Amino acid sequence: MTDKNWPLYEVFIRAKSGLSHRHAGSVHAADDEMALNHARDVYTRRNEGVSIWVVKSSEIIASDPAESAALFEPAKDKIYRHPTFYEIPEGVENL
Amino acid sequence: MYTQGLDQQGKEPQGLQPRESAERLTAFQARIDAEEKIEAKDWMPEAYRRTLVRQISQHAHSEIIGMQPEGNWLTRAPTLRRKCILLAKVQDEAGHGLYLYSAAETLGTSRDQMVADLLSGKAKYSSIFNYPTLTWADIGTIGWLVDGAAIMNQIPLCRCSYGPYARAMVRICKEESFHQRQGFDIMLALSRGSAAQKAMAQDALNRWWWPSIMMFGPSDKDSKHSAQSMAWKIKRFSNDELRQKFIDVTVPQADFLGLKVPDDELEFDQETAHYRFGEIDWQEFYDVLAGNGPCNRERMQVRRNAHQGGAWVREAAQAYAEKHAAQAA
Repeated sequence: MTDKNWPLYEVFIRAKSGLSHRHAGSVHAADDEMALNHARDVYTRRNEGVSIWVVKSSEIIASDPAESAALFEPAKDKIYRHPTFYEIPEGVENL
Repeated sequence: MYTQGLDQQGKEPQGLQPRESAERLTAFQARIDAEEKIEAKDWMPEAYRRTLVRQISQHAHSEIIGMQPEGNWLTRAPTLRRKCILLAKVQDEAGHGLYLYSAAETLGTSRDQMVADLLSGKAKYSSIFNYPTLTWADIGTIGWLVDGAAIMNQIPLCRCSYGPYARAMVRICKEESFHQRQGFDIMLALSRGSAAQKAMAQDALNRWWWPSIMMFGPSDKDSKHSAQSMAWKIKRFSNDELRQKFIDVTVPQADFLGLKVPDDELEFDQETAHYRFGEIDWQEFYDVLAGNGPCNRERMQVRRNAHQGGAWVREAAQAYAEKHAAQAA
């Protein structure tokens, strides 16, 4: 097996217009065009999509789950950002 | 897609790494017990990772090898309609294999490595695909029984603790129902047909029944990895539970078709509301797994030839990509 390893692409599919693209899985392909074709064949055999994005997995910058406590901690103590933080007196409506 | 007790095979996970402190392992198990999903980059014990790589890649290999017995009938399907359906089904199996390789790769093993392990014979695949498809009725029986058994196995895997595997299984299960129904539809047509067609259907059931119920893997008492896989919530039900469930739903379907399940000890137990069934010949299961089934060598040879025969296509695509990248630069 002397095959060169084709790069890995992550596949994102928009199920229908109005929805955002969502991660579906990954494919290997020699180039971008082939990645789109493979993504279509593998992930949309039953009309699951109206649009496909593919991006080389190596191009994705991801946060580290081990650091997630520190990363998201600043949002934790700002409960005043949620409407439920505020007490509205009885009788006040449309607020 | 097709699992059998795939977690049953291969070596026991090796000893724990020193970096796997008791606290980390406890915290990991607590996440599992709280039904949290584990994602690709999360910390996980090496044994959990290895178990998943083995199970998911073997599952993927089974899908890929599983195209062969059915592919055997693509050019001889009795009508154009049946041919289109079978073609779509076989294409789905390739797709399922690819979803699963994609899930397994998130654990840090490359697809090339997994394919190399299949081709070298190091990795296993479901033993059911080492049986031949002698008649058209075998195609019906595979859809009905083999995909039926696979669905029993796979539905609980949709809740597996490893996120990428669970998500792949959701997609697969959605597609699998078509596979089972098209198989039953073939059996229905044959069992309502001529005496010769009905005999063909019965013959296929006779040959596939026992291998199908073996797909759930060895009995719980002989199942090596079950307890750990259950604790990790990779597996949700035991082999025997799933086998019983499969038999309970399938026997009435055979009755409807007017076909006889080839088990003289099969009997409905009013008290337990389950079917009692005869002893399974586990020696046959282990023989096929060890490489001595009717088609093991042929399946591997066909796979290796396909891989080698396609090498020039992969090389050409690579050369084309490199040339265009160079021109764009």
